[in-house]
Amino acid sequence: MQSEPTRPPLWREEFSVFKNDERYVSRRQLIKFLTLTSMAMFVGNIWILVRGKLQGKAPEPPVIPVAKLGEIPVGGVKLFQYPRAGEQCILVRTGEDAYVAYSQKCTHLSCSVFYSQDSRDLVCPCHEGHFSIRDGSVLQGPPTRPLPAVTLERRNDQLFAIGMTNTGAEQ
Amino acid sequence: MRSSQSSKQSRGLTAIDGAMALIVILLMVQIWLLSATLDAYLSGHREVALPGALVSGLLFAVCGALYLFVNRIEASAKNDDAR
Repeated sequence: MQSEPTRPPLWREEFSVFKNDERYVSRRQLIKFLTLTSMAMFVGNIWILVRGKLQGKAPEPPVIPVAKLGEIPVGGVKLFQYPRAGEQCILVRTGEDAYVAYSQKCTHLSCSVFYSQDSRDLVCPCHEGHFSIRDGSVLQGPPTRPLPAVTLERRNDQLFAIGMTNTGAEQ
Repeated sequence: MRSSQSSKQSRGLTAIDGAMALIVILLMVQIWLLSATLDAYLSGHREVALPGALVSGLLFAVCGALYLFVNRIEASAKNDDAR
């Protein structure tokens, strides 16, 4: 004859932990949560590693005409899209014969930067980030990374964008 | 007998609190490590991803070991209570 499995008393179901053990249970649960958070951080690091391995080399940047020489005045700017449509860049004529171009997307929170003729640098209006017009490096504000720079080449009377540096991707 | 059990339990709780404090410190280091690795990666320094992942894995292993240590202390305290 088979005996039916004995059911635990109701009080045992309602209060599954003895009062003395409660302190252990709450600490164990917190430590479990912290350990799982630690695992999440580890997974995040692994994700960065795997993403870096999978991405490989970036495709060859396109060569596109940006502006004609003398098209914009000294201190003037022209906006263009490079290397793909929708990726806004800014060309600045800093001298009679000097041109520089950078991505217009701030490296902090992706607001559009503009050229300030007063301070002669690129300014992000969202959080007052300032970037050097010489090399795109951060002068002040919350951004920590320089602006990606567009490499320009002069062919006859035309300026061409031929690549980018400081993009965070291998060129 | 009762007071010896209570002192043992109190020592166990102190050890668990110590382990918990250590895990919190390790976790803060890990959070900083993840943000620093991500920042460096986005700046184009991909070579930091591997050491970052290794150190993070090591910290996670230490956290896991501390969790097992806490479980063992709890089990031993329960055994003492049952006696």
